[in-house]
Amino acid sequence: MSAGVELDGVTVRFGNFTAVNNANLNIKGGEFFSFLGPSGCGKTTILRTVSGFLDPSAGHVRIGGQDMAGIGPNKRPTALIFQNLALFPLMSVADNITYGLRVRGLSRADRDKRATELLELIALPGQGQKLVSELSGGQKQRVAIARALAVEPQVLLLDEPLSALDLKLRQHMRNELRAIQQRVGITFIYITHDQGEALTMSDRIAVMSDGVIEQVADGKSVYDSPETAFVASFVGENNPFPGKVASASGDSAIIETPFGKLRGLNPKKLKAGDNAILFVRPESLKLGKGPDGSTFATPVLNAAFEGNMTHVFMKGAGKKNITVTVGRHGGTAIPASGENGTVHYDPALGLVLPEGKMARE
Amino acid sequence: MSSRALAFLVPAIVILAFWLMSRWEARQGHDPTHKSFFERNGTVLGIAFVGLVAFWTLFLVTLPYLYMVVESFHPRLPPAKRGGPEDIATIAQYTSFFVNPTDGAWNTTHMYAFVYTIVVSAAVTFINLCICYPLAYYMAQSGTTQKVRLLMLGLIVPYWVNEILRAFSIRLLLASKGLINQGLMGIGITDAPIDFLGNNTGMWVGLSYANLLIMIFPLYNAIESLDKNQIEAARDLGAPWWKIHRDVVIPYAKPGIASGCTMVFMLAAGSLAAPLFLGGPRTLWFTSIVYDFFFQAFNWPRGSAYAFILLAACIAFVMFMLRLFKVKLGEAIR
Ligand SMILES: Nc1ncnc2c1ncn2[C@@H]1O[C@H](COP(=O)(O)OP(=O)(O)OP(=O)(O)O)[C@@H](O)[C@H]1O
Ligand SMILES: [Mg+2]
Repeated sequence: MSAGVELDGVTVRFGNFTAVNNANLNIKGGEFFSFLGPSGCGKTTILRTVSGFLDPSAGHVRIGGQDMAGIGPNKRPTALIFQNLALFPLMSVADNITYGLRVRGLSRADRDKRATELLELIALPGQGQKLVSELSGGQKQRVAIARALAVEPQVLLLDEPLSALDLKLRQHMRNELRAIQQRVGITFIYITHDQGEALTMSDRIAVMSDGVIEQVADGKSVYDSPETAFVASFVGENNPFPGKVASASGDSAIIETPFGKLRGLNPKKLKAGDNAILFVRPESLKLGKGPDGSTFATPVLNAAFEGNMTHVFMKGAGKKNITVTVGRHGGTAIPASGENGTVHYDPALGLVLPEGKMARE
Repeated sequence: MSSRALAFLVPAIVILAFWLMSRWEARQGHDPTHKSFFERNGTVLGIAFVGLVAFWTLFLVTLPYLYMVVESFHPRLPPAKRGGPEDIATIAQYTSFFVNPTDGAWNTTHMYAFVYTIVVSAAVTFINLCICYPLAYYMAQSGTTQKVRLLMLGLIVPYWVNEILRAFSIRLLLASKGLINQGLMGIGITDAPIDFLGNNTGMWVGLSYANLLIMIFPLYNAIESLDKNQIEAARDLGAPWWKIHRDVVIPYAKPGIASGCTMVFMLAAGSLAAPLFLGGPRTLWFTSIVYDFFFQAFNWPRGSAYAFILLAACIAFVMFMLRLFKVKLGEAIR
């Protein structure tokens, strides 16, 4: 069975410091939901609030429609997978997996039966008698998942469980996690600061920054239609062109930047005179001349050949360089370092957003 | 110079020498890069250090013990007869523990005192464990830094006072005109003062209190290194607090518990001040008997034999308990 999780104005303070500020969310039952944000933005804090280790300073957490105030972590229908897994080193793999059943008073025989099933599920059959220290990183990972699933939670909470693994294993475990989630059908709330993880696995993503939820949407929307400067700069690579809105008409706007007047979509309905940032992704920028209002020129600094593509770094207005990603068989030749390069883009792929906090590089 | 004066003088000289050398080294300024022992101290000083430590362990620790072993297998003789024809190897000192040499009856007094000492020490160890485990857990896992520091200070400061003075201060508290009896009578719980010292309450309190720190620190060390997430993981999986302790904290802290218990048991069984000053008049503590053989009866052979009986029994008891709780000796003395 799965249950939805509702955050209703949840605020968590540590002394004067606000770690989570007025979070409002409705996570549906059976959803794979991710929190994505840089280190220290309050992701773990939210998860600990949902699992009951922290009480919100204000607001309510509801699981399956029921208010969780005053209900301890051992009484909630959630199971948490810790950032460092926190397996019990003195217990065997099978004892780890069935610990939650043991404290519920299940008999040895029932526990053994369940352990066998779960070891099957995580593809570690017959390894129940091993010690945790005898497992590889990915196997420990799976044992932690099995231990959490054993208590049949309605919501599984995962705190960056893949961060300790190497890249290959991480990619493998992504698929594995997604498959397990679809098999057991319960709500997964997944925390990560790795956008690749969030984008590939999740049904929906909440992007967080400094305790504030900036945007909640599916992966494609977060990438294609970011709503704030932070989301635009944090998710994927992006080139910011700060300036002032010169004119706005229909759903597009023209913004006065150090590279001249440039055009982009205006989803936030900014008006002339507003401070704004135009974002154009590196893969949307093309070398060569295009129509006026979406063409500019700036010196080429250097180029990095990456096999299937080449990143061309060009001088930006501020400290940050402009990156242009050129495909393997792109038309225009890349100008030599130091020469002026001309760049254009499709104005439908430029995005004018209100000025705001940007992600740290 | 008498040999006894030498035994007191030599440690004093060694300590003074160490202190002077440490001062000298501090004056040289210390090098941040770590160097080997001899590099740091120079060959001459290094050899001197090693020599002194070797001297210490050999002459001041090992040899006296060996001397006592030898002594315990001798009959008790006046100095003039030592080495004479009557000075033969004998186990009479050991058998005298079981059978009285004077009348051939069972030596029930000493055997009773022996069992009493072991049982009380074991009980004191258990009481200390029960007191210290929650304290150590609080200090290691849930207390704020400030409160933990305060608590630690409160625990340590009384130990700056000499053991005998501490025993006497407890005696003052528990005496029939002491603070506690006055208080109890003041609020009307009792009419007459309770004889805390005569009924051995004082001895129990003294023995427990004297070994509190020795129990707390190994426990604290063990629990402190336990990952908080493991406690939370158990809680998240539905375990109530006592199951968390039973399944996660105590198994993890077992080596610390074992080493704390071992030390407290050994020290309690060997302690002299608390039973002497805080015990009832009829309480016979085995260590006091040993002490009396040495310094009252001047019967060193029998005193040595008794000391070794106690030592052997304590070691056997500790080994048995370690075996029972499946702790390796190496873990316990870590
Ligand atoms: N117990 C606490 N007391 C005081 N401040 C805390 C406490 N726990 C967290 N914080 C603060 O709250 C903020 C958010 O912490 P949190 O652990 O939720 O970050 P996170 O998003 O999980 O980061 P990471 O990706 O590094 O794990 C941090 O600035 C942290 O310093
Ligand atoms: Mg975290």
